[in-house]
Amino acid sequence: MNILIAILVLGVISALFGALLGYASVRFHVEGDPIAEQLDALLPQTQCGQCGYPGCKPYAEAVANGEAINKCAPGGEDTIKKIADLLGVDVQPLDDNHEQDDSSQSNLPKVAFIIEEDCIGCTKCIQACPVDAILGAAKQMHTILADECTGCDLCVAPCPVDCIEMRPTPETIQNWQWDLNKIAVKQIG
Amino acid sequence: MESIIERINQGKFWHFHGGIHPPEQKAITSDKPIKQLSLPKQLVLPLQQHIGRQGDLLVEVGDKVLKGQALTQSSNPMAVPVHAPTSGTISAIKKSVIAHPSGLSELCLFIDVDGEDTWKKREICQDFSRLSRQEIITKISDAGIAGMGGAGFPTHIKVNTKPDINFLIINAAECEPYITSDDLLMREQSEAIVDGIKILDQLLNPAFILIGIEDNKPQAIKALQQATKHIEKMKVCVLPTKYPTGGEKQLIKILTGKEVDSGSLPINAGIVVQNVATCYAISDAVINDIPLIRRVVTLTGKALSKPQNFWVLLGTQVNFLLEQAGFINEENVPKSVQKTHQSSPPVIMGGPLMGFSILNEQVPIIKTSNCILAPSKVEMPSAFDNSSNEVECIRCGQCADVCPSQLLPQELQWSAKAKDHQQLAKLNLFDCIDCGACAYVCPSQIPLVQYYRVAKAEIRQQQQLDLKSEKAKARFEARKLRLEQEKIARQEKHEKAAAARKAAMNKKSADGGTASSAVAAALARVKAKKAADQKKAEAVDSNSNTQDSIETSEKSQVKAAIARAKAKRLANEQNAKPSTESNNQDNVVDDKKARVAAAIAKAKAKKAAEKESSTIEEVPSVAVQSTSTEADDKKARIAAAVAKAKAKKAAEKKSSTIEEVPSVAVQSTSTEADDKKARIAAAVAKAKAKKAAKKESSTIEEEPNVAIQSTPTEADDKKARIAAAVAKAKAKAKAKAKQASTTNSEE
Repeated sequence: MNILIAILVLGVISALFGALLGYASVRFHVEGDPIAEQLDALLPQTQCGQCGYPGCKPYAEAVANGEAINKCAPGGEDTIKKIADLLGVDVQPLDDNHEQDDSSQSNLPKVAFIIEEDCIGCTKCIQACPVDAILGAAKQMHTILADECTGCDLCVAPCPVDCIEMRPTPETIQNWQWDLNKIAVKQIG
Repeated sequence: MESIIERINQGKFWHFHGGIHPPEQKAITSDKPIKQLSLPKQLVLPLQQHIGRQGDLLVEVGDKVLKGQALTQSSNPMAVPVHAPTSGTISAIKKSVIAHPSGLSELCLFIDVDGEDTWKKREICQDFSRLSRQEIITKISDAGIAGMGGAGFPTHIKVNTKPDINFLIINAAECEPYITSDDLLMREQSEAIVDGIKILDQLLNPAFILIGIEDNKPQAIKALQQATKHIEKMKVCVLPTKYPTGGEKQLIKILTGKEVDSGSLPINAGIVVQNVATCYAISDAVINDIPLIRRVVTLTGKALSKPQNFWVLLGTQVNFLLEQAGFINEENVPKSVQKTHQSSPPVIMGGPLMGFSILNEQVPIIKTSNCILAPSKVEMPSAFDNSSNEVECIRCGQCADVCPSQLLPQELQWSAKAKDHQQLAKLNLFDCIDCGACAYVCPSQIPLVQYYRVAKAEIRQQQQLDLKSEKAKARFEARKLRLEQEKIARQEKHEKAAAARKAAMNKKSADGGTASSAVAAALARVKAKKAADQKKAEAVDSNSNTQDSIETSEKSQVKAAIARAKAKRLANEQNAKPSTESNNQDNVVDDKKARVAAAIAKAKAKKAAEKESSTIEEVPSVAVQSTSTEADDKKARIAAAVAKAKAKKAAEKKSSTIEEVPSVAVQSTSTEADDKKARIAAAVAKAKAKKAAKKESSTIEEEPNVAIQSTPTEADDKKARIAAAVAKAKAKAKAKAKQASTTNSEE
């Protein structure tokens, strides 16, 4: 008898909690994938497609679904570390396919530049630009909106006359980094 | 507020946390008056000498400028103009090293000084109390005044405030060692400074004006007290000497006991702080109409034989100043060798605690440079020693004791080394005022403040990147949305067009068999033509020389025309022969006339028959030919374009399969190309049909013309007939002038 009561009571309790959980999952349903959103916020948003996905968000969604976390070349080690922290997985080195050469040149932020004398106005780069940072029309010279350019490289390949090149962003007072070795403010003794 | 004033009247002040008492070293220069300098040969004016944005250039290379003339104008509230410090010629506008710790180059104006020092036209204002608030602010803004204490915040923004101001604080503390420029300015120009303060009083209308000055400047205190004797509102507050009393928030704390919240501006607490040198510049600008073109700079340090304060024109290069102050080269190495030498004697811009060593002595004095310090080796050995003597932190906590912002310097240091930006934000790194007190007291000689500077720059950089990535994301999303919408719109358009076509077809078939058969015939024709086009396009493609094919087609046409012309001429001649004969022998043989008439009749009959057949034969051919000749050019070009597009697309497709570029882009382009091609083909077909119809009607119209023309010919003799024939030939050859000319020449 006792055992029956126990089973009954436990059964009722579990049914209750089951119903509660079921209700909660419907009532507090979250649209979209919050993990993918958080991952997307960590990615550098260059929309370069080097990860093999058409943009940062698709890659974030793929990572949320188990894709490797080490495919974001522009983000580099920092981004991988952040993603690893978020997902609670081990930090992996950058994917071999996306390994950047370690020369100091390659790590500088870059911006696309159109050699305007050579531009034939084919609009191919405009179609390739993921952030609409190229201005121009058919048979008109194109130009880059340098402030909007993410330096993703995607416009370089489609250009039929190779008039686009990636140039490192010039160092200005605004983006200059203090170099501890160079600072020599003196303390008086 | 009353209690605050009572306390101040009793000479009691609050204290800020921490602070240090470094050796003052002010006596080096404080006993000598401010010296006027001779004009340098060249001035270098950076376009941006303050926080904010640079103005727009007003001058060009080669322009003559007068002293005080504006060289840039501000298009932005945060922009401040720069003015010509003396008269001369703009010799260059180029990038040059500026007074910034980075030693980077920025856009500068180079002025070749003509030595005449000719002023622009000035309007001296005797009574500024009659000026309206807006007029004064415009004058301050046009004079290019930016805070001269160090940060260089545009003054016209700081004084253009609406809320009630309780305290206007004039910062005369000048707490950093060595610097005496404000001290000397107050001693020599106290009246002008008080005038400047009066102008600020008029603008801001504060309840009280407090002048905060450290007690190590007795002469300046006396001068100010003298100048403000009759002004109830102004109080000269003599403060104990402690570094950094001159920090904005520290000065507010000492004078009023109020603490400005982290991340908040003093204005929110009803307080405005202005530097004493700024007050002088304001009075100069408003009363004398002199823009900010010079300032007092302290040239000090034991490496100078004649250390003194100087009135320095903005844009004067540091090496000129060092020369004037008698720079002693301790190591006795010639300058040229020294440049390459590792330990060239250091020159510091700003004070020893907050300044930076300049990498290049070409840098110009700007609105915020108050001191040039050239220490000797004995005086400041650390400045000559490039290697760092930093050792591990021993957690003594002295840095936290002296921090005027009550931060935790050692914690900050560790987080800065680990680049933990979140932790740094939690520790309120941005409340650090870069005073350097922590580094001054550190027994381990850790350059703490430098670590913070690096970290601050990194965080600012990161913020910029975050902002940029946010923007990139938004743009990417917007683009995706737009592409999607365009695709849908295109689909809808296609569907609509298809429906319209279907409806039209149904209607036509309902109209009757003839209409539908006509449509079918038209469609068939279009198809045939398209096929021909395609063939031609392919031919063109294989040749890849459209010009050539056009030429060959033209040539064949010319040939055909020539052949035709010849045949006609033959016929004409046959006709004409008898008539010529008859003409020649007209008056000789009479009965020949009859024969001739008969012959003519026969010939006519023959010709009529010929004409009939020829018109039947020729009309369509002419029609076809003329259409083809006219359309040829266009058609060939379109065909060529289509062929090129096809070739490109094929190549693209190939490359895309190899590279596996995201298929979306390729698809969209190909669909677009398809769309275009179909449209072009349709347009071509339509144009052809129209032209054919027109030709048909025109030939029908022309036939009677020809008949009419030939009727009178019957009556006339052969001359007229020949003329008519020529006219006809010409008409036929009208389409191609070249053709006609060939025929003519052949004839």
